[in-house]
Amino acid sequence: MARVKFLCDADRCIECNACVTACKNEHEVPWGINRRRVVTINDGKPGERSVSMACMHCTDAPCAAVCPVSCFYTTADGVVLHSKDLCIGCGYCFYACPFGAPQYPKVGNFGSRGKMDKCTYCAGGPEADSSPAEYAKYGANRLAEGKLPICAEMCSTKSLLAGDGAIIAEIYKERVMKRGYGSGMWGWKTAYADSPTG
Amino acid sequence: MPSSLSHLRALCAAIALLFVFAHPAAAQLTFKPTAEAVQEDKLLNALKEGDKITGRVSIPDTMASSLIQPAGRDWRDFQRSTLPIIGGIAILGMLALLAIFLMVRGRIRVDHGFSGTKILRFASFERFTHWLTASCFIVLALSGLNISFGRILIMPLFGAQAFATMSGWAKIAHDYLAFPFMLGLAIMFLIWIKDNIPGKLDWQWLKQGGGILANGKHPPAKRFNAGQKGIFWIVIIGGTLMSVSGWYMLFPYLPGNVTALQFWTVIHAVIAMLFIAAMLAHIYIGSVGMEGAFDAMGTGEVDLNWAKEHHALWVAEEQAKGRAPSKDGTHAVPAE
Repeated sequence: MARVKFLCDADRCIECNACVTACKNEHEVPWGINRRRVVTINDGKPGERSVSMACMHCTDAPCAAVCPVSCFYTTADGVVLHSKDLCIGCGYCFYACPFGAPQYPKVGNFGSRGKMDKCTYCAGGPEADSSPAEYAKYGANRLAEGKLPICAEMCSTKSLLAGDGAIIAEIYKERVMKRGYGSGMWGWKTAYADSPTG
Repeated sequence: MPSSLSHLRALCAAIALLFVFAHPAAAQLTFKPTAEAVQEDKLLNALKEGDKITGRVSIPDTMASSLIQPAGRDWRDFQRSTLPIIGGIAILGMLALLAIFLMVRGRIRVDHGFSGTKILRFASFERFTHWLTASCFIVLALSGLNISFGRILIMPLFGAQAFATMSGWAKIAHDYLAFPFMLGLAIMFLIWIKDNIPGKLDWQWLKQGGGILANGKHPPAKRFNAGQKGIFWIVIIGGTLMSVSGWYMLFPYLPGNVTALQFWTVIHAVIAMLFIAAMLAHIYIGSVGMEGAFDAMGTGEVDLNWAKEHHALWVAEEQAKGRAPSKDGTHAVPAE
């Protein structure tokens, strides 16, 4: 089975934030939470680059390693998902995540964390695929419908790629070869350093 | 008319020319906007330990401006490898030491036996404060250890669902009991600080090893001996560090910064392990380890012989003030 990943070709990203908006709309993500965001490095200076970032679905995911109640699991496709039924809102995954993916509605004790929410790679959660219960907690399950994540599917410049890690890495490398430059596969070294093959 | 038009044309040409020479386009010619863009590799290599790659986000969430923080992986390694080692050595090591101590030294007895006469050691408000803090501490310690080690030690016994439900309640207890714990800590500091200032006597007490190993040898002490003063300061300093670090975890949006939160969680976890180990020793010596010691925090009244052996100078002070039974065992009659 394929090992799916995200890849943001920052040389193509125009910081339109459509991926952010599409994600929020597709999953009806609660107010205050952004499963995906666009960060601009060196904003306003020559050579600035924008990177669209969400959960990278890491190999040996730090969030899963530190979760006190073991609410994370990795699917056969390599997608890192979690159970909101088990989550106790302790914040450990947020401390461990290199990409700031886990976020919390401020409904916990003293207005702190409620149950964690993060990018699901449009793959829902532990509930039955595409069930109303799954949608309410995690949003749409596009993967179960044979579709790729909405953010990458609708990216107008095809900057954000989703799919089999080996294939999207190949596409990116071809682009870099052809145009002669590339600012890097943002986050890959940090997310997949433990697996040299990707 | 035509002459003014030609004037205008000349002016336009001059302005256009000005743009050509003055515009930073000249500088841009030497800069390749594609090949010289920011590189992830360079940014990662330039990162200092614990640092992160940040930028600008258009959403009103400052935490979202952190793009990559490789330190998250270090924090994971701390939780997975370093903390279990620290906690294991501190807590299991202390239990082993106490077991060995009990086997070698046995229970510390009252050498002269119980006199049957009691002397008030801790007033009711002091005992209330002690047990308020102590009961909170026990729940905080157990629920905290559950966060760090429950997944390995307890989850396999009950299954993920039951363990998560229990941990959810434990987390709520941990959050709420933090406040009475902090209150108790503050009161203890205020009511006991005057008896816990280190002095010359403490040095002598320590040089004689507190008389712990040698039977029947009791270095003189005032209300608290050096060992008890040590426990007091461990509780005050450890408790303050736990409170400050815990405060940031209770209100995680206060620092609004993942690096600061990582720092405080590491402080919280390491101090907690050492604190728990120290309190195990405190619980041991106050119960199993020493005959007659528990009464001090139980009924508040200890046997006079126990008090004379462990706190000779304090007993003398109390007797001088008329607050304690005199040597023959009769109660001092309070003046009307």
